[in-house]
Amino acid sequence: MTVGRSVPRHEDARLLRGEGNFADDVNRAGQVHLRVVRSPVAHARLDGVDAEEARGMPGVVAVLTGAELKDVPPIPVRLPHPDHPLDPYLQPVLARDEVRYVGEPVAVVAAADPYLAEDAAELVELDLTELPAVLDAEDGTRAATLADGFGDVDAAFAAAAHVVEVTVEVGRHAAVPLEPRGLVAEYDRGRDRLEVWGGSKVPNFNRTVLAGLLGMPPEAVHLYAMDAGGGFGARGEFYPEDFLVPYLARRLGRPVKWTEDRAEALVALNHSRQQRHHLAAAFSEDGTLLGLRDEIWHDNGAYARTHGLTVPDLTVAMLPGPYRVPAYGCRLHMALTNKTPCGTYRAPGRYEGTYAREQLLDVAADRLGLDPVELRRRNLLTPEEIPHVRPLNALGTDVVLDAGDYPKLLEAAVARTRDWHAEAARLRADGVPAGVGLAVFLEKSGLGPHETADVAVDPSGAVRVHSGGTSLGQGIETVLAQIAAERLTVPDDRVHVVNGDTGLQPYGMGSWASRSTVVGGSAVVRAADAVVDKARRAAARLLEADPADLVLDGGRFTVTGDPAAAVTLAEVAAACAPGGPGLGDGEEPGLAARRVFAVDHMTYPYGVHVALVTVDPGTGAVRVPRYLVAYEVGRAINPALVEGQLVGGAAQGLGGALYEEFRYDDAGQPLATTFMDYLMPTASETVPYVETLITEDAPSPDNPLGTKGAGEGGITAAGAALASAVRAALGLRAAIPRLPLTPARVVELSEPPTER
Amino acid sequence: MTEEYVQDLQPVTVTVNGTAHRLTVESRRTLADMLRHDLGYTGTHLGCEHGICGACTVLVDGVPARACLMFGVQADGREVRTVEGLASGDQLSDLQQAFSDHHGLQCGFCTPGFLMLAEAFLAENPDPTEEEIRDVVSANLCRCTGYQGIVEAIAATAKGRR
Repeated sequence: MTVGRSVPRHEDARLLRGEGNFADDVNRAGQVHLRVVRSPVAHARLDGVDAEEARGMPGVVAVLTGAELKDVPPIPVRLPHPDHPLDPYLQPVLARDEVRYVGEPVAVVAAADPYLAEDAAELVELDLTELPAVLDAEDGTRAATLADGFGDVDAAFAAAAHVVEVTVEVGRHAAVPLEPRGLVAEYDRGRDRLEVWGGSKVPNFNRTVLAGLLGMPPEAVHLYAMDAGGGFGARGEFYPEDFLVPYLARRLGRPVKWTEDRAEALVALNHSRQQRHHLAAAFSEDGTLLGLRDEIWHDNGAYARTHGLTVPDLTVAMLPGPYRVPAYGCRLHMALTNKTPCGTYRAPGRYEGTYAREQLLDVAADRLGLDPVELRRRNLLTPEEIPHVRPLNALGTDVVLDAGDYPKLLEAAVARTRDWHAEAARLRADGVPAGVGLAVFLEKSGLGPHETADVAVDPSGAVRVHSGGTSLGQGIETVLAQIAAERLTVPDDRVHVVNGDTGLQPYGMGSWASRSTVVGGSAVVRAADAVVDKARRAAARLLEADPADLVLDGGRFTVTGDPAAAVTLAEVAAACAPGGPGLGDGEEPGLAARRVFAVDHMTYPYGVHVALVTVDPGTGAVRVPRYLVAYEVGRAINPALVEGQLVGGAAQGLGGALYEEFRYDDAGQPLATTFMDYLMPTASETVPYVETLITEDAPSPDNPLGTKGAGEGGITAAGAALASAVRAALGLRAAIPRLPLTPARVVELSEPPTER
Repeated sequence: MTEEYVQDLQPVTVTVNGTAHRLTVESRRTLADMLRHDLGYTGTHLGCEHGICGACTVLVDGVPARACLMFGVQADGREVRTVEGLASGDQLSDLQQAFSDHHGLQCGFCTPGFLMLAEAFLAENPDPTEEEIRDVVSANLCRCTGYQGIVEAIAATAKGRR
């Protein structure tokens, strides 16, 4: 049995040897190098682009401006919302008449060498007339207002014994994967065939978009996902460069390579998270939640990109969390500002909403004179109330909380961290402000509508899986191999998983939304089971036995009652070659199957984060000596990988809670364009040892593995738990108003008088 | 590189993982680009090109260096070790194996830099405390792991070598 075991990762050996294949590792003969000319200002009229000097530079092959691409439609939304098309707000592949954020692509230069391309890009002159920059969502164009809810909210607030309100803001931060983006494209004019290396996340969607923008049939476009240096929501979406590189390769008839640098990545790749919540809750005398009301300003930056309304939609749909909320009303304004456009970042909408809701519960507990855990205990949905249908819509699916025992996990987390309160008390007695914070959250995973997998057994006995997912570091090659191996009863190291190749798997929907193990893994189950069925029929023919009498174990069929009769899967595969004796009349040759797994609803994992923090009141530094992530995953296919996801997610979440922020000056100039200013946590800032409590108490009924996605639960409540702990350490009555809790903000919060 | 556009070419002789290479590079070409694109050692990765993330860490005469902050010409006459030089044939080094055993890598992009950093650190300090390991590991950035597995892997390697 390999499912449920922490088998070594299949990805490791090549990555440890430096033999991974990342986008910038690809080179094609005769390639030219592309450099993007970007807007240096936040908002301006673009009156012209003078590229003469750049064009005349030796080694420059082409310069392309927006004027030459005016017939190319803007980049479409990948997940369109039926009621909010967003068409006027989509990003063009190159700016034409107006630039709307620092970093917006305005022109591209192709040259024989990347150093030369960069030199030439500096010679491109932009004629700009600066316009006022909008930097706050409440001043911006409202691209959409989402309103959703249920129950009689006004009645709930009218009947309330206590109404608690908070206004809280999450700072703008983002995925920031360590590998910048890269693309290489090559066009074969003779065969009208375009190949692109460096995709990830959603290669089939991107293929369709690219083909559409270029006016080519999708079948003529082939994308290859590579090893990718982290994704976290941002990498692999369709950006302007995803058009510009292949377009130029086709136009020039030469391969084109583009490798992003970090200064570009920090203004070009999707930002995320920036929201302001005005959240209110109505409680009865005993602390029973009667209703929730939220008005949210969502700063989406300058354009609506491929995610469209994904983050706003999930914010609204997931805000009630794991609680019993009789009435809920939420309005979210998605507003445009002159900053880098936004998209998803790991736990989109949940990181923000969990922070707002859990801060409100902490403030309410103090107001009502209740222990914060007790207030949560009283309001969590109980197992008897699950499955719980919440009359909301999340990404076009009904919200059905599928399986869970939320109070049980809360009690387990509380028991596990009971000593931390004594530790905090000892620290406080020594004069060190210290506090324990806790946050409970609901996640979602396994978005459909479907995923496809191919499983094939070679005559060598090797198994190949062609998945629609992509490798982003999550270990999906290992997990899918384990799942296939389990069904075929072979060792997992006999299984080779190929991800994200649009030729091999043209129906794959990609790796995002913690869906690859849930829906991609379930598709592998279906395909592997179909292979076993076919193999059983073939083996029965070879062994002249009844298929029902065959037992598959250790990769070979034996006949019940006849220990001498056996045939291996490899032998069966050989017998399924064209004309082979394993095939029945009309059966396709080969021991292979392609199957689809379709699902209507998402599956909803849940968890608890607990943090112990100390605060240096002089410097404002927050230290996090202890941290727990308790998470219910239904079934852990590879527990070590689940733990890795939770620990790594917590580190990222700590970054957004304490350090990372894309700040702008009054003119809209970004202030974090290097890693000296965008502060990702190092080993000195992260928690020395994140404890994890991984439970499998509530398998999902909606997939054959019973599994729920594990990719995001490590980060979801990190902002909430750390805010809660800092609030406790400082003894505040009001909410922590803003993340990240940078030293300056902590000092400000700790200053007396504590009116807060 | 098409030479007609290039001025200021310099001859460089450099030993990488025990193999001597002779080439000419532009003066401004970074060591990282020379290793990756002129010599094919693509295991050395570029995450920031301004010396913070450490993904490009290689050993120059045994000392960790950011290959993005050195010019190729500065490696003239020197010995460079890259991640490709750690394993012996099919056999991962103890340090590489420990990274796998302790789940010290996910996407693997930063990993070559951490491996080279740790390799030099353990040569200098074979018996480090966890705090010393954490301090050294703070030189590089990892976005996936939270560093826990990396610190554990280096500690386990040190223990195994004693």
